[in-house]
Amino acid sequence: MSNRKLLIENVHVEGYDTFDVYRKHGGYRSVEKALKSMTPDEVVEEVKKSGLRGRGGAGFPTGMKWSFLAKPEGVQRHLVCNADESEPGTFKDRYLMEKNPHLLIEGMITSSYALGANLSFIYIRGEFMYILHILEKAIDEAYAKGFLGKNILGSGYDLDLRVAPGGGAYICGEETALLESLEGKRGNPRMKPPFPAVKGLWGNPTVVNNVESIAAVVPIVNDGGEEYAKIGIDRSTGTKLISASGNLVRPGVYEIELGLSVEEFIYGDDYCRGIANGKKLKACVPGGSSVPILPHFLVTKTAAGADRLMTYESLADGGFATGSMLGSGGFIVFDEDQCIVRNTWNFARFYSHESCGQCSPCREGTGWMEKVLHRLEHGHGNMRDIELLEEINKKIEGNTICPLGDAAAWPVAAAIRHFRDEFEWHVNEPQQAQTRNYGLITQPSVAV
Amino acid sequence: MIKVTIDDIEIEVEPGTTILNAARQAGGDIVPPAMCYYSKLPGTGGKCRTCLVEVAAGSTADPRPMPKLVASCSTAVMDGMIVKNKTSERVHNNRGGVVEFLLINHPLDCPICDQAGECHLQDLGYEHGSAKTRYEEKRRTYDPIDIGNKIKLHMNRCILCYRCVHVANQLTDKRVHGVLHRGEHAEISTYIENAIENDFSGNMIDVCPVGALTDKTFRFKSRVWFLKPMEAECSCTKCSGKAVVWMFGNEIYRVTARKDKYGEVENIDDKAAWICNDCRYDKKDTSKWNIIGPRSINRHSVISQGKYKTFMDKEQKKIS
Amino acid sequence: MAHTDNGPVEFSAETMSKINELIASYPEGKHKSALIRILHLVQTEKGWVSTPSMNKVAEILNIQPIEVYEVATFYTMFHLEPVGKYVFEVCRTGPCMLVGSDNIIEYIENKLNIKVGETTNDGVFTLKTAECLGGCGYAPLLQCKYKFHEHLTKERVDELIEEYRSGKHDQN
Repeated sequence: MSNRKLLIENVHVEGYDTFDVYRKHGGYRSVEKALKSMTPDEVVEEVKKSGLRGRGGAGFPTGMKWSFLAKPEGVQRHLVCNADESEPGTFKDRYLMEKNPHLLIEGMITSSYALGANLSFIYIRGEFMYILHILEKAIDEAYAKGFLGKNILGSGYDLDLRVAPGGGAYICGEETALLESLEGKRGNPRMKPPFPAVKGLWGNPTVVNNVESIAAVVPIVNDGGEEYAKIGIDRSTGTKLISASGNLVRPGVYEIELGLSVEEFIYGDDYCRGIANGKKLKACVPGGSSVPILPHFLVTKTAAGADRLMTYESLADGGFATGSMLGSGGFIVFDEDQCIVRNTWNFARFYSHESCGQCSPCREGTGWMEKVLHRLEHGHGNMRDIELLEEINKKIEGNTICPLGDAAAWPVAAAIRHFRDEFEWHVNEPQQAQTRNYGLITQPSVAV
Repeated sequence: MIKVTIDDIEIEVEPGTTILNAARQAGGDIVPPAMCYYSKLPGTGGKCRTCLVEVAAGSTADPRPMPKLVASCSTAVMDGMIVKNKTSERVHNNRGGVVEFLLINHPLDCPICDQAGECHLQDLGYEHGSAKTRYEEKRRTYDPIDIGNKIKLHMNRCILCYRCVHVANQLTDKRVHGVLHRGEHAEISTYIENAIENDFSGNMIDVCPVGALTDKTFRFKSRVWFLKPMEAECSCTKCSGKAVVWMFGNEIYRVTARKDKYGEVENIDDKAAWICNDCRYDKKDTSKWNIIGPRSINRHSVISQGKYKTFMDKEQKKIS
Repeated sequence: MAHTDNGPVEFSAETMSKINELIASYPEGKHKSALIRILHLVQTEKGWVSTPSMNKVAEILNIQPIEVYEVATFYTMFHLEPVGKYVFEVCRTGPCMLVGSDNIIEYIENKLNIKVGETTNDGVFTLKTAECLGGCGYAPLLQCKYKFHEHLTKERVDELIEEYRSGKHDQN
């Protein structure tokens, strides 16, 4: 299949992170086009036509999200870019912002115009402080060239753009926790409703979008939403940045057209080139640590035997029983030597560490799961612990203020679903489990 | 007015009313429990998740059920909404799960806790808890600390409802305590040694649903069910002066605000009747109060189980 | 309870001018929004965030000190206890673990003769672990003073320690 790149095509061009080089390669055309020849609503319409779905993980249609923005008279509105990228396995936004900062700035201007926002923010995780400086440099250039500030390109449209850092908290990727953090508070997610589209930053109507979503607005406005929608399959339109990590020959960030086969992505020469060190594939978490893990026989094929594709629909085929999710595109690959129990404990520790602690199921439940998994991994578990884990995660899932509870519950549930034998082996053979790994599980002879 | 059905009981309420408040308007056993929501403190609610209910139909316009259980304290009713609380098995199971979560790190020190007998977590544990814990791990522990000379903080017992933080924000001029750290390490603290000094800070004790914040002038003096709650008033320049004095014989053991059946400070003249620290801590002499008469207490409460009478009878016998 | 230390604290003229510039960039009445970035500036200058520093920040923003404590204790990047001159924060989350972060952590522990959370006797290095730092494809990795060091091997760790000791990373 073809391999069009819309977001990172020119990043290897010398000086591409400077305004002049970026501009020379056609940069900021979308701002000119939108501000000079389109109304804000026409921009929103193009984004709707494009079928673009939020690239942060939830996959909610961006154009629809934009159309929910409340527009009361005389009240300021904001666009906030979510650059808090913290989902384990995900590092695509970092790559995009570092290599192509002006694309994000351009997307912020065009999108802010569409939403009628005059003060917009990029909230970036504190660990990416060096990228904050890259973005601020790009913003300064854009101000100097008249693409930010008062009366941009003589259109009468004003926009100020600022970057604000977090301080180390995964939860701030949740949009209302992000807004709290942007207000200088603890990153406690807010009760919804009201949604940010009605009451967001400082109580003003606000749209929060992922870095990649905002960047994708640039090609959508340049080429038209319909053109964008031609890329991909069905409701998975456009290109997507995939962060590939784990035991791969060539991990890294790849821009793919949605619809590429998982097989091609893992083994193809243009992509990850297979499993590192000549090992076999054991499992894959295709969309960031919170999505269900898939055992090797469900990675490249669905349970029904169809080719698994890199699309929202195909990765979810089979539901949670035999499928997973595209999520944020954090594609984590496990070779045959990896221990699923250890990894599940590791992820549980992550979620427990990152829980804000506001609501009881998440505060207490994530910590409890971490401790039980720690016990199992370190040879002190018993069979009841496996059932206990299933029960704890059922009592967390769906009962929390924000999706972190689900994100913590799903990986544990999926690991036990597909790798129960390996968990039981840890209980039955604790000595062995300390010295070697379980290895591959065999595909059930009956289709699951 | 809009119509909502909760556990097969139809209620008419103002638009914007939450499910929990609609249920409270109807009263009875359809009212979900609430550990963090406090109607007199705007901004509270949503955190403890004990008030989760099932929405079997969203509204007349959109009768689809809501996929997840919702926090009834922070979900507004819609016209034609159908809610299940005590009639939902799912609610019962999941509320039991929440109670289990609240208890795994709880010290279960009711026998020495001043809140025993009027503790909402104790009630919930009684209704939903199991006799045996499944938690094998070491419980989280903190040393009890003084926050000010009249309030003791037992962080071990805290369920992080945030009510006391809202009291400090809304009733006092300067908040010196708050929630520090995060996740399972989140705790109520002043961070540095710092006393909470404010005329209304004592209300933090009244809003605490558990025994995390207790009145140092009353600690270990008596079990609440051995005391007789009396409605009393005094002329106070700082607060309404309308309180409940808890008596043993002719002695006042403690003073609290007047609380309703949900454990919330009552409204008097349409205003929450918070009491000031002078009334709470310093007026332990009956001469300071005009004692109106016995305070009615929910007949299911351990406080109204006649323990006071039997205890007094025993004492009388000893004397005679 | 917090690390106790006394005495007033002053921020350098450079830090103060950055703080003031930052505060001015927010709309009137929204100055608290600058808090997290101010804490980063304070930590950059002082190496850690002490109670007097937080009190000073509260004074600058005209908010209660508890509002600063609440925030500083929520976010894991802020060191609330004194640390070494260089803090190695090694990512230990899933994707890093898959390619050997546990070994790297152990190697640094042995090499510097400290455990995670400790500081070397000479006060030069502190070792901490971090949850996902967002460099999974370039794992294992660590961060020090906002700088990423990726594709770590034992040899690279040896080099890094030497580089930091010799002051190579003190510029920029």
